[in-house]
Amino acid sequence: MHALIRPGLAAAAMLALVTSPASMAGAAANGRDAFFKECSACHMAYPPVLLPQRSWKKIMGNLSSHFGGDASLDPATTNAIENFLVANAADAGGRRSGVLNGVSPNETPLRITAMPWFNIVHGSRARAYAKSHPRIKTIANCLGCHRGAAQGSFGDD
Amino acid sequence: MPITPLKPALVFAAGVVVATAGLAAANTARDAILKTYEHQAGVASFSAAAGKALFQGHHTGGKAATPSCTTCHTKNPRVMGQTRAGKPIKPMAVSHNPNRFTDPHKVEKWFRRNCHTVLGRACTAKEKGEIITYLSSI
Repeated sequence: MHALIRPGLAAAAMLALVTSPASMAGAAANGRDAFFKECSACHMAYPPVLLPQRSWKKIMGNLSSHFGGDASLDPATTNAIENFLVANAADAGGRRSGVLNGVSPNETPLRITAMPWFNIVHGSRARAYAKSHPRIKTIANCLGCHRGAAQGSFGDD
Repeated sequence: MPITPLKPALVFAAGVVVATAGLAAANTARDAILKTYEHQAGVASFSAAAGKALFQGHHTGGKAATPSCTTCHTKNPRVMGQTRAGKPIKPMAVSHNPNRFTDPHKVEKWFRRNCHTVLGRACTAKEKGEIITYLSSI
């Protein structure tokens, strides 16, 4: 068993992370494609369901200052990606994903790694482990430990 | 109808032709990008040494976490780099990654972003040409 995962809290990680590709067409499909192509140039394309709509809007509204770097895109691509993220966010369509537990409606979280659920399933040992391995480098590098993360699988593999 | 097995030598030769054609197309695309920067900068050619100084240099105008191109691309452009988010970056040296600097939109996008992040300003056409010339020379 993986020593870094707390088994009692594994259920918290059982999140519906995969977006619904079936009914998307046209502009939505372009947004999806652009999301995977552009966002994964620097980091794994984090699943849209991990943040609420207001967070994605804020992030996409300030790409030229994006977590310490300039990630700016042309306006059309920016809009297409924002629409895709908003349509698949944690609170899209009136749903309320469990990832929003502990997040106040007037807070706009910007870092997935600062969400309450994230800190429950990633303790200080997991953070130290990620940081101490040059290949992983940061707790934000999901793929460093979760090999299936890019496909939406964050299980204890 | 009898099936004639493919002759390995011919398959290899065909592969070499295809690969060479791809390389020639990449070089043509890169030359066109350099020509555009030469035109914009009003120069006839670029200095690889100046590009090296810029790429390898330590800068202070941008974000503190990224004082140099080498922060992410490493001091040896022939090897893989790594983004601040931990994702591997393919080598920047054309000799180790022949598709570098062949898509003008991609080239402009990354110069816009990275010059802003590392230098705190846009790069000039001269600087862009110098960096591409340096990374094409090693």
